[in-house]
Amino acid sequence: MSTSTIAVPAGTWQLDKVHSSVAFQVPYLAGAFNGSFREFDGKLDLSDDGAALSGTAQVASVDVKDDNLNAHLQSPDFFDAESYPELSFASDRIALDGESVRVSGEITIKGVTREIDATGAAHGPVANLQGNDSLRLQLTTTVDRTAFGVNWNAELPGGGKALADEVTILAELYFVKGA
Amino acid sequence: MRVLAISGSLRRDSYNTALLRAAAEHVPAGVELELWDGLKAVPPYDEDDDGDLAPAAVTALRSAVAGADAVLFATPEYNHSVPGSLKNALDWVSRPLAANPLRNKPVAVVGASTGVFGAVWAQAELRKVLTAIGARVIDRELAVGQAAERIADGSVGDTEVLAELANVVGKLAAAVATRQDRVAA
Repeated sequence: MSTSTIAVPAGTWQLDKVHSSVAFQVPYLAGAFNGSFREFDGKLDLSDDGAALSGTAQVASVDVKDDNLNAHLQSPDFFDAESYPELSFASDRIALDGESVRVSGEITIKGVTREIDATGAAHGPVANLQGNDSLRLQLTTTVDRTAFGVNWNAELPGGGKALADEVTILAELYFVKGA
Repeated sequence: MRVLAISGSLRRDSYNTALLRAAAEHVPAGVELELWDGLKAVPPYDEDDDGDLAPAAVTALRSAVAGADAVLFATPEYNHSVPGSLKNALDWVSRPLAANPLRNKPVAVVGASTGVFGAVWAQAELRKVLTAIGARVIDRELAVGQAAERIADGSVGDTEVLAELANVVGKLAAAVATRQDRVAA
């Protein structure tokens, strides 16, 4: 973390999955679809040489609160879970300025890898009840789903499409530093 | 490799059923194509009749699809669309969507009509329906127009049609092989 103004100890930080979430939001008609992944993992490595953040999410665990929609999201119309069971992200460029953070790296969806910047806030470190340092990253990025071959849509009777191409990805990541 | 062949026509001398019979005779080595003939027995979809006690014809269809590695459809065109009986059968197969036996299954669509267009609109609608169900629809089309001139006495004499049928089945078989490799990996 090159421009760090909060002191973050070096070492490997494991994701506390219970207190983390990986979610997405897509405008749909006048509203939005909100979904998340129940199964995901990640870690943060900090050293004098730099910082690395990586993570994965399992497509089969996608949850949009409706079984039929979950099934549709796993079909070739959307993520094609059988062919591409995992989404991934990897970054070795993390810039921290006060509580603002920018993470630049590669995201892979449906077998297609694209460069993205995710921005947000960092909070901590705070010692948890076991005395281990904990750190919270709240990251947001926007991707064009059609760039990854996630193309489903429906024409509206009055013109236009039902589902937007722009998808906001929201990662609420809570890391705990290993002993 | 087992390919289930489903004709959207009930007519005894159907051109579409003839296409599927011809396909069965021109499959690549190692492929077995079985013609399903239970369409007429499938009742209209009624959610009240679905579930563990679904009609026997429906259970048989779901089992036949589940037991096949791929499905080849041949559809006529009624009023620019898929015959109601075929759509109805797919509605049964598709329920419940998350666990339906067409999910991820490679499928291909061909069609014949006595007009010049070869049921292209019905084929497009059938591909749309199969995609919605979650099948892997092969991007290959075979529209056999003027079927009465190309299919006589239930036999496909047109060598171009036979070659293209073999291509479609070959591509279907390749999709099955790709999927088997992927699932095994």
